[in-house]
Amino acid sequence: MRHSSEPIWWSLFAAGGVVAALVAPVQIALTGIAAALGWADDAFTHARVLALVSHPISRLYLFVLISLPLFHSAHRFRFTLIDLGLKQGRGLVAVLCYGAAVAGTILAALVLIRL
Amino acid sequence: MGEAVSRPYRRTMPATWWLTNRAYFLFMVRELTSVFIAIYLVLLLVLISKVAAGREAYEAYLTFLGTPAVLAFHVLALAAALYHSITWFNLAPKGLVVRVRERRVPDAIIAGSNYLAWIAVSALLWWVVL
Amino acid sequence: MAEPTIALEIFRYHPEQGEAPSFRRYEIPYREDWVVLDGINYIKDQIDGTLAYRWSCRMGVCGSCGMMINGTPRLSCAAFLREYFPNPVRVEPLAHFPVERDLVIVMDDFMHKLREVKPWLIRGQETPLSEGEYRQTPAEVDEYKQYSMCINCMLCYAACPVYGLEPRFLGPAAIALAQRYNLDSRDEGRRERQEVLNTEEGIWDCTLVGECTTACPVHVDPAGSIQRAKVTATVDWYKDVLLPWGKR
Ligand code: SF4
Ligand code: FES
Repeated sequence: MRHSSEPIWWSLFAAGGVVAALVAPVQIALTGIAAALGWADDAFTHARVLALVSHPISRLYLFVLISLPLFHSAHRFRFTLIDLGLKQGRGLVAVLCYGAAVAGTILAALVLIRL
Repeated sequence: MGEAVSRPYRRTMPATWWLTNRAYFLFMVRELTSVFIAIYLVLLLVLISKVAAGREAYEAYLTFLGTPAVLAFHVLALAAALYHSITWFNLAPKGLVVRVRERRVPDAIIAGSNYLAWIAVSALLWWVVL
Repeated sequence: MAEPTIALEIFRYHPEQGEAPSFRRYEIPYREDWVVLDGINYIKDQIDGTLAYRWSCRMGVCGSCGMMINGTPRLSCAAFLREYFPNPVRVEPLAHFPVERDLVIVMDDFMHKLREVKPWLIRGQETPLSEGEYRQTPAEVDEYKQYSMCINCMLCYAACPVYGLEPRFLGPAAIALAQRYNLDSRDEGRRERQEVLNTEEGIWDCTLVGECTTACPVHVDPAGSIQRAKVTATVDWYKDVLLPWGKR
């Protein structure tokens, strides 16, 4: 059987889609709106946030939260370009999209390990 | 009537095809939610790195997050993420066939349990963080 | 009292006249119980005998009368004039296919794709006739029945922008047909069909626009069949890669 590499990207896309669907809205509301507007001041003091995100479970959670949806986005964006009529350079676009997701994943791992 | 001629006429699809009907347009909106989610993830990763960098960097970043443009982005991103969640949960039963005692579980139940999980997870995170 | 009328604007293309396609407008009597196909038949019989189009059963069974009606792929024998009256109705050949003439499209590509997915029961070993028939429980029939309802009307192809952009894409009905056999308990040919399905032009170009399912007049849900094919291909892939020694 010929091994198309699509299943691997599609499964990352699907897994990332689930993660994003479950937690992206509440995450955006928390860090992008609540923290940014300074609601619940004591919840977002540096000391508390540092303690919260340093917990091993939080680190693992954040890693999953960032990495998988990055693959999700990369895959969707790649196919959006195709759906918008991209014909030439499909291979290059795939490399750039998934490459960005891989880079983001590595970066996330580094940041989270060094916390 | 002369000899029948076969010269098939080919129509081309304009790059703006997704503007030609509502369903196509909503499809494109759904696909483009991914861009908002990706940008959000980058901002989140920067936030975490600022937490690691120390209190001053973190607080400066919070101020940055509070600027109107960034705030507006997050409001849009929230709307995009909600749209992603809803479309995702509604379409999930398409690929997922669950069987209980030989009977296929109805799509509405699969989608419904997705929504319940969504609410539970969101409430949990909200409670942990705040 | 004057009889009410309705206008049909019909796509006309006659290659031997060397003309580019154009729309011609026909005023026809409006009848409550007429479908668009009745209107077209009226034109052919009473106004303009040169109009070319396909139809046969006039009851949503044969799948030959698909057309774009006001931009939406429909069976013209199932689209009532009263859904559009008093506005004019624009009738075009099914989108994305080359046009042979007027409302007749070239369907060779579709026919070829149907064959490509090996739409028959494939057995590793045929059981001899003496051992009787292959039995199936109602649940096993249910598994694929929906996908066997397809009437090959091609509305799903006309609804699919991915096919419009990339004609090599295998497309909704052919994949649904592949799944019809893949999910049949008597069939053993899934791996063979995967050679065709598990490629970029197979299932992977699909971005689940979902309009094929909306367009399908007999609720085959081709979009669902493609999603299920993606899940299966992915599970296969992980099995092959992660368990190369395991039983497949
Ligand atoms: S799947 Fe539905 S829309 Fe497509 S060809 Fe078959 S009957 Fe027609
Ligand atoms: S004429 Fe047979 S389906 Fe419409």
